[in-house]
Amino acid sequence: MSTTPPESAAQIAASTPPGWFRRAAQSDILYSFRRSPIAMVAAFVTAVLVLAAVFAPFIAPYNPFDPSSLNLMDGFTPPMSSSFAGNYFLLGSDNQGRDVLSTILYGSRVSLFVGISATLFALTLGTALGLAAGYAGGRIDSVIMRIADIQLSFPAILIALLIFGIARGIIPPSRQEGMAIAVLILAIGLSNWAQFARTVRGATMVERQKDYVSAARIMGVGRFTILFRHVLPNTLGPVLVIATIGLALAIIEEATLSFLGVGVPPTQPSLGTLIRIGQQFLFSGEWWILFFPAVTLIALALAVNLLGDWLRDALNPRLR
Amino acid sequence: MAAPLLSIRDLTVEFHLRRGIFTAVDGVSFDIAPGEILGVVGESGAGKSMTGSAIIGLIDRPGRISRGEILFQGKPIQNLPVEEMNRLRGKKIGMVFQDPLTSLNPLYTIGHQLVETIRRHLPMTQEQARERAIALLGEAGIPSPAERIDSYPHQFSGGMRQRVVISLALAAEPDLIIADEPTSALDVSVQAQIIKVLKRLCESRGAAVMLITHDMGVIAETANRMIVMNRGKIVETGSVGDVIKRPREDYTQRLIKAIPSIRDETIRHAVPAADRPLVEVDKLTCDFMLSKSTLDRLLGGARSKTIRAVNEVSFSIPKGSTYGLVGESGSGKSTCARMMVGLIRPTGGRVLLDGDDVWAPGAGSQKRRRRVQMIFQDPYASLNPRWMVGDIIAEPIRALKLASNRAEIEDRVADLLERVRLDPASMKKFPHEFSGGQRQRIAIARALSSQPEFIVCDEPTSALDVSVQAQVLELMRKLQDEYGLTYLLISHNLAVVRQMADNVGVLHGGVLVENGPVDQIFDDPQASYTRMLLDAVPDISRVN
Repeated sequence: MSTTPPESAAQIAASTPPGWFRRAAQSDILYSFRRSPIAMVAAFVTAVLVLAAVFAPFIAPYNPFDPSSLNLMDGFTPPMSSSFAGNYFLLGSDNQGRDVLSTILYGSRVSLFVGISATLFALTLGTALGLAAGYAGGRIDSVIMRIADIQLSFPAILIALLIFGIARGIIPPSRQEGMAIAVLILAIGLSNWAQFARTVRGATMVERQKDYVSAARIMGVGRFTILFRHVLPNTLGPVLVIATIGLALAIIEEATLSFLGVGVPPTQPSLGTLIRIGQQFLFSGEWWILFFPAVTLIALALAVNLLGDWLRDALNPRLR
Repeated sequence: MAAPLLSIRDLTVEFHLRRGIFTAVDGVSFDIAPGEILGVVGESGAGKSMTGSAIIGLIDRPGRISRGEILFQGKPIQNLPVEEMNRLRGKKIGMVFQDPLTSLNPLYTIGHQLVETIRRHLPMTQEQARERAIALLGEAGIPSPAERIDSYPHQFSGGMRQRVVISLALAAEPDLIIADEPTSALDVSVQAQIIKVLKRLCESRGAAVMLITHDMGVIAETANRMIVMNRGKIVETGSVGDVIKRPREDYTQRLIKAIPSIRDETIRHAVPAADRPLVEVDKLTCDFMLSKSTLDRLLGGARSKTIRAVNEVSFSIPKGSTYGLVGESGSGKSTCARMMVGLIRPTGGRVLLDGDDVWAPGAGSQKRRRRVQMIFQDPYASLNPRWMVGDIIAEPIRALKLASNRAEIEDRVADLLERVRLDPASMKKFPHEFSGGQRQRIAIARALSSQPEFIVCDEPTSALDVSVQAQVLELMRKLQDEYGLTYLLISHNLAVVRQMADNVGVLHGGVLVENGPVDQIFDDPQASYTRMLLDAVPDISRVN
């Protein structure tokens, strides 16, 4: 008696282990991606915006934060026209004569940096606490999850404002400017960890009951090894989905805080700061100062959100 | 033969999938005569359930009937509009599905569901329908049906619920019943009763039955004629006696040969006599605490209830032998296993391995990790889907630090894969690339990799098809001879235990009711429970 004969064509195809590239090319995720026009457009928009932000210093026609290049004579130039000083502005310029396109490029850099860092922070914290709660159960679980419940009953922006306020009280004024971005990341991250903790806890409770965990326990594998090598990798699917949607939320949250004036310092404007500045000129006719940063923020948040939605459907076997 | 009730001609069901067209049912033709019981047998993926679904028009996208005809009482029904099909289902064709938990609506009483079904198809008043429902339940073997008719589904046990489902299927006097694995979710003793009920009711009402099952024993005891299916095609058709006793086709012969029978006596190697058994279980007891509700906890009132899952169970296993532990669901056999491997701490009693208590801190538990391994029932849940097979098999080696050199570990894994008859190149693949039987081999390789002496096998083959089961059991036996392994084999399948075990214990409600050499237990059972259990097993040798 030898091995059972291969049962399907798929198994024959799989009899030689393909490289990671072919594995990825044949994967269901990629297949579902190629069949979803919305996902492809969203991915394209996200990629363009992220690349533009990353390479802002090379792409931007002006450096809007270099005081020596600023010329008040350039102020309030409408889009696609040249100023009195003879400089051309594709998306117009603001009151101080800064190029709107360049401020957007530099601004989305700050927005994306804060958004991604805050999401990674929330992900790490939430996943660690969720794993601990789900695996330990009992009192540890109760304490962690009740804190999460309390926090979820407040709007995230309120929590972020609270943390921001506390940080202001603690940090000496001379250092506030330098630490503003770090505080912002901390505030947004702390206001979003509970979602991750809830999801990871649920997935952990399911996985820890499975026989492969029992098998590891029988052979005396340590608790932490089981958690990190067995349980964690199996909970990461939903975490990835929340992280993507959470990224969009974090970017908006940062914009909201900056719009309210408690976010990033004026020397490093983010999209939210640009919108706050532009908002003053909306009714006096200089619409472009507000309009283009706002459109960029919407496009970025929407594209990331749509990607997250698609990822959730693609990873959910029931919807396939 | 009279005109057939149901006639299927060249039925083909295809699924249009991303990787091409999958033909689930391929040119199947057969007839069912009025009042006949036709058994359809085959392994998973044979297309037997799909044939049943096609008849009642329940094939979901992306599947569709691409060819062929389904004639019911002479009229084609495969292209009926939804409404007419709905009328046909229930009125003319009744259905019984595998899972009695999900085929009844939990929100309505069974009486409500029966009366509703009866009145939809038959011109009856509420009272007449209710009377009929009570009569039906009585015939299906529900004790005092007049009182139980107003109970909700959750107030019945699994077997009782399946009786209700059968009465529901028969409520409108259908001419044909399609029963898809009607007893597979039930314990053997209940299974036997349900088969009898199904057979008796259909006979008394003249309904034909298409009985779909993977269990040849059930067919042998129930059906008149049978169809053997494999990979969407009919392999063999004939009377049950002919097919089972004189199978013509190669596939059928192999299938029947693979089925263990409780009457088989296998020749075993004499177990070398040892001074002391390898494993001793001494008055093992396990209580489960039912958690109190939050309100009770706050009030501090009601004492928490405990359930005794395992009650003072004692037995011993000589080195190199197999001990079979049998019992129905809820008898405590899995709990016993989990206490022996160190997953559940016993409430009382001891498990001794070579004289050391496996639950004692230090030497005892250290020894347990080195020398005890377990094989689980579900080969899909017992392998981490994110790990490569090589890492899965090497896990015990790494966990117990038996080897640390990369090349050495790889050599060992390759050797183990060969021993369980898998290609060593499988190391670099993931579990989802393997079939159920192959996964169970991987699980066996993992259990062997720490070179244990004692392996606890909890229902190792019950998730597998019979032919695969035979291969896995054969492999287990060979490995036992090679390595001198000692097994604890837990199974609800008595035939498997008879084939594999040297000694047998029968668990019932947490108590070991009988314990002794396998032949003695099977040929001359002392406890009445054991006798009942043995009588209930459907067996292909009972065909007349």
